[in-house]
Amino acid sequence: MSILVDENTRVLVQGLGSAGRFHTDKAIAYGTRMVAAVHPKRGGESERFEGDTDHSGVPGRADRYALDLPIFRTVREAVDATGANASVIFVPPAGAGDAILEAADAGLELVVAITEGIPIMDMVKVKRVLQGSATRLVGPNCPGVITPHACKIGIMPGYIHQGGRIGVVSRSGTLTYEAVKQLTDNGLGQTSAVGIGGDPVNGTNFVDVLELYNRDPATEGVIMIGEIGGSAEEEAAAWIKANMRKPVAAFIAGTTAPPGKRMGHAGAIISGGRGTAKDKITALRGAGVVVAQTPSDMGSVMLEAMAKAGKA
Amino acid sequence: MKIHEYQAKQLMQARGIAVPVGRMATTVDEAVAAVGPVIEEGGHPVVVVKSQIHAGGRGKGRFLEHGDVAGVNVVTDGVKGGVAAAEARVRELAGQMLGSTLATVQTGPEGKQVNRLYIEQGIDIARELYVSVVLDRVSGRNVVMASTEGGMEIEEVAAHTPEKILRETVDPALSLADFQARRLAYGLGLQGDAFVNGVGFLKALAAAADALDTDLLEVNPLVVTKQGAVMALDGKMSFDNNALFRHPEVVAMRDLSEENDAEVEAGKYGLSFIKLEGSVGCLVNGAGLAMATMDTIKQVGGEPANFLDVGGGATEENVSAAFTIITRDPNVKGIFVNIFGGIMKCDTIANGVVAAVKQVGLKVPLVVRLEGTNVDLGKTILSESELNLIAADDMKDGAKKIVELAR
Repeated sequence: MSILVDENTRVLVQGLGSAGRFHTDKAIAYGTRMVAAVHPKRGGESERFEGDTDHSGVPGRADRYALDLPIFRTVREAVDATGANASVIFVPPAGAGDAILEAADAGLELVVAITEGIPIMDMVKVKRVLQGSATRLVGPNCPGVITPHACKIGIMPGYIHQGGRIGVVSRSGTLTYEAVKQLTDNGLGQTSAVGIGGDPVNGTNFVDVLELYNRDPATEGVIMIGEIGGSAEEEAAAWIKANMRKPVAAFIAGTTAPPGKRMGHAGAIISGGRGTAKDKITALRGAGVVVAQTPSDMGSVMLEAMAKAGKA
Repeated sequence: MKIHEYQAKQLMQARGIAVPVGRMATTVDEAVAAVGPVIEEGGHPVVVVKSQIHAGGRGKGRFLEHGDVAGVNVVTDGVKGGVAAAEARVRELAGQMLGSTLATVQTGPEGKQVNRLYIEQGIDIARELYVSVVLDRVSGRNVVMASTEGGMEIEEVAAHTPEKILRETVDPALSLADFQARRLAYGLGLQGDAFVNGVGFLKALAAAADALDTDLLEVNPLVVTKQGAVMALDGKMSFDNNALFRHPEVVAMRDLSEENDAEVEAGKYGLSFIKLEGSVGCLVNGAGLAMATMDTIKQVGGEPANFLDVGGGATEENVSAAFTIITRDPNVKGIFVNIFGGIMKCDTIANGVVAAVKQVGLKVPLVVRLEGTNVDLGKTILSESELNLIAADDMKDGAKKIVELAR
């Protein structure tokens, strides 16, 4: 089991520039069921992908793959023709908000927006439109979602993942990779890994993903990776305290970040004394979460949390 | 991106938000020349001379070179002596202020050089209020915040008298609704003309925040005049950098002299860089990992000299530029390269570091931790380069090594 994506997820890609093409190729190599691409000026064409299979992905495939991915003008046409139920967005920032809206309009269950640099007001409007819709948006400005050996949607390196028992959820890309690799190395492995992104207005938050992991029978524990800015970690802490039945470990980046400075991510900023790492760590510890001192300790605190819960 | 008060007021005025009459000046003569027109158009013999820097607390701030001169000065000489007397006083003040260093609570003791002044009409103030438009991350919408405590920092008000802060969440499909603007105006105690003007002001402010993609639009104080006008006596705007592509008029207002040179240069290479005070330079990929690297350095007893995220799509040239910017800081006593290659390949980083060292030399210890995509290739490139560097097993190990070496 897993959350959000599995071997049956049928993915279309919006945005076939150099990044979109590169990562679509990696996804196909991993074994993700890429079924369509959407490009307003290239409808009716197809894009050829071929190369060596990534055997860390979906098992039991030939060593080489070759695929002509059909291109459609609109998401709705792509969905009608291929039965796609998820989209991954690489459209550049100025058009990415519109791409999300088009995917939601076509009724896709899951939209993963990788694009970094979408204007905040665009996301404010997108979020307004998505309210009450059946579409779940993950991101933007995120590495994507992966269920090891089943489906990789996004830009994470596939080979560091190993199927297992821990759900990963994170605001940071590279710190997700750190956590995943440590969980692979210490044998706990991952059920899924979800990057919720570094922007201040996003589609899916910690609480949403924690809820999914709490319900997923295969997930035995969760590691969450937060950072300064906003209050998503504090909300997660309150939710964990009230609802979580599984052990949770965490790391929060930005203990040494100066106030008022945007630390790379648009959402990583301490403003008016709020959103500090200290407050977040205190809130999480208060909810019984084991918090790592440094990112190098993420794997070991997860083991500690599992041991505490009698699941080691 | 931040802009000056006078620029914020230009943008506000263009969007129907009332501001006092004013003129910007970069020289003493320009400042003096502004006095007559400001007095005439403003219909008031008092003018105010305001330092334009990207920092708050100017009114209480003092110049390092002239300890008795404040950052903002009210000139009343015109009341009895007419324009000529006001001009004489402005000439004196402008001479002291321009080119001098203003220290405020926000600039720190070293202060900031004042290169621009704003000469503004005096206002008969009846009341001072507060209003701002900021993003509320919980709802994912802008919120208009208002308070009767004009002139006070909103954080102070929030900490001590949170009940005095009024809030209305802005639906992006509607902007601030009439009833919401009225509710705020009632809460602020506005009456008569001031009520009508206040409702218009609040609606225009919320609309401007949306239209201009501000991430902060703050008017503190918002003043009610004795005549019932409502206007922005101060104006602070900063912008969502991701939206600047659609606001060339805002980009043109950028004042690079207000920004850190190294940060500006890093920006040209697509690097996210923030200068800090410590001695360990950091070169990292990914914002989260870059922050965590700083934290780890601190954890093991060191102090980071910078935050630097080379990003996922960096080329050898970007990496090389990053390395050069770090080594230029005289405080840097050691450099820690910490990479978890996902999209970013370790060999790209390795080649960038080697190229940079060849170009600028290496006078301080260098610790490199590589992990992820093409890690073996990256390590081979580094070892074959015969650079004098120390390899680390993981992030904590690397942080310990560089902190030890940078002592």
